[in-house]
Amino acid sequence: MKQTILYDAHCALGAKMAPFGGYAMPIQYTGILAEHDACRTRAVVFDTCHMGEFYIRGEHSVADLESLVSCPVADMKEGTCRYGYLLNNAGGVLDDQILYRMSTDSFMMVVNASTAPADAAWIQSHVSAHTMFEDASDRTAKIDLQGPLSAKIAAKISEKSIESLAYYSFINSSFESIPLLISRTGYTGEIGFELYCDVSAARKLWDLLIALGAEPAGLGARDTLRLEMGYPLYGHELNATRNAQWAGFHKALAVDKTFIGAQSVRNAAIQTHSLVGIMLSDRRSARDHDALVNNEGVVIGEVTSGSYSPSCGCGIALGYVENARALVGTKIGIQTARGVLPATVEKLPLYKQATGKKKLKEFL
Amino acid sequence: MVPKDCRYAKTHEWVKVENGVATIGISDHAQDALGDITFVELPALGKVLVAGKECGVIESVKAASDIYAPLSGTVVEVNTSLNLKPEIINSEPHGNGWLLKLTNVNESELAQLLDAPGYEHQLENE
Repeated sequence: MKQTILYDAHCALGAKMAPFGGYAMPIQYTGILAEHDACRTRAVVFDTCHMGEFYIRGEHSVADLESLVSCPVADMKEGTCRYGYLLNNAGGVLDDQILYRMSTDSFMMVVNASTAPADAAWIQSHVSAHTMFEDASDRTAKIDLQGPLSAKIAAKISEKSIESLAYYSFINSSFESIPLLISRTGYTGEIGFELYCDVSAARKLWDLLIALGAEPAGLGARDTLRLEMGYPLYGHELNATRNAQWAGFHKALAVDKTFIGAQSVRNAAIQTHSLVGIMLSDRRSARDHDALVNNEGVVIGEVTSGSYSPSCGCGIALGYVENARALVGTKIGIQTARGVLPATVEKLPLYKQATGKKKLKEFL
Repeated sequence: MVPKDCRYAKTHEWVKVENGVATIGISDHAQDALGDITFVELPALGKVLVAGKECGVIESVKAASDIYAPLSGTVVEVNTSLNLKPEIINSEPHGNGWLLKLTNVNESELAQLLDAPGYEHQLENE
């Protein structure tokens, strides 16, 4: 089991640790509900050092990435990020990633921890001989600072102004003269930032953010926060055997370029199911792999993530259903070991008050 | 926290018998392991429970777990305040977070449950 550079900090904070993506990671410190609320109303920090960071550089990098990732690449401006997939030829998702355009011919790709080694091998086997690939995961620390008060904290530590940082853009800044990449991205739906620095500075950054009022939050709250937003989690909503078109994140699938898997994700004949948001009628929750049924009890789909929603006060889920049942407002049932729970297909995000896409200056 | 005046099931329920009525809850260790509790389903009044059989469900944010009856008996009261505030189980597992009360209990079953030192010993070996 690997540890992130912040492992000792988590132990000192009394975190409950559990394996995730090959790493011993903090699941919670004080409790999932309290940490969830802290992110929705104040500011939290997550250790995301387990995630993978790759650099892809060289004059063929744009052409190589156009073929490797499902989102458009060439039209990305320097200093912006974009969400897309690494697909196999059948349109299955090898990983979901965020691409950062560092310069004309230099990119950083951020990937999931569990898939990073396979991603690295896949990318290296598909780029041209002149493209340089570097797996910088072991030397790169990543800390997510999220929540409505996070903007003030980020502004305090950043030695460059963050005022004009738009959603899904980044700057190369510094804190205490240490290089720090700050991107306005995250996995919670709230105003927030993903911070990247050298591992040697990670503990200093973590302690500084906490000293400035950010509360540590674990992967438990990270999961309830992302689920309320309808964000997919690799291994749940996304995997190598389910076609990426089913997930319905159309911006992640370019329409006017070729890429690995493009033919399959554009094949309308296999678009039989859709990912939907699901709201339950009370506090009882659906769980992963519960069957979704119609009112005759016939299976029409499957839950891929289910939990209690702290912000909505009821059970919520994401799942795949037959297209005919995917319309918002459709009444469905969730088959659990103890009976069928009534639920409704709901528009995403399930939590509608998130601040993430609002103007940053409202929060400075 | 393992109060001395309770008996414990290996499945982490506690029971305390006073004047022929058994009060049942889950242990402090169990609530801590479950994390934030968000939903409880308890048996109907009058239901006859059988020791060792499931009699309800506790859901936390991340998982659902069965509650097992530590003793056989008839349900005379359930803690309805848990419907809206199941988190009381986290804050007061041995107090206001009790789950249900039984009558017609079989006192001989009580002796088969763990006493506090026995339960502490089990926790140490888990």
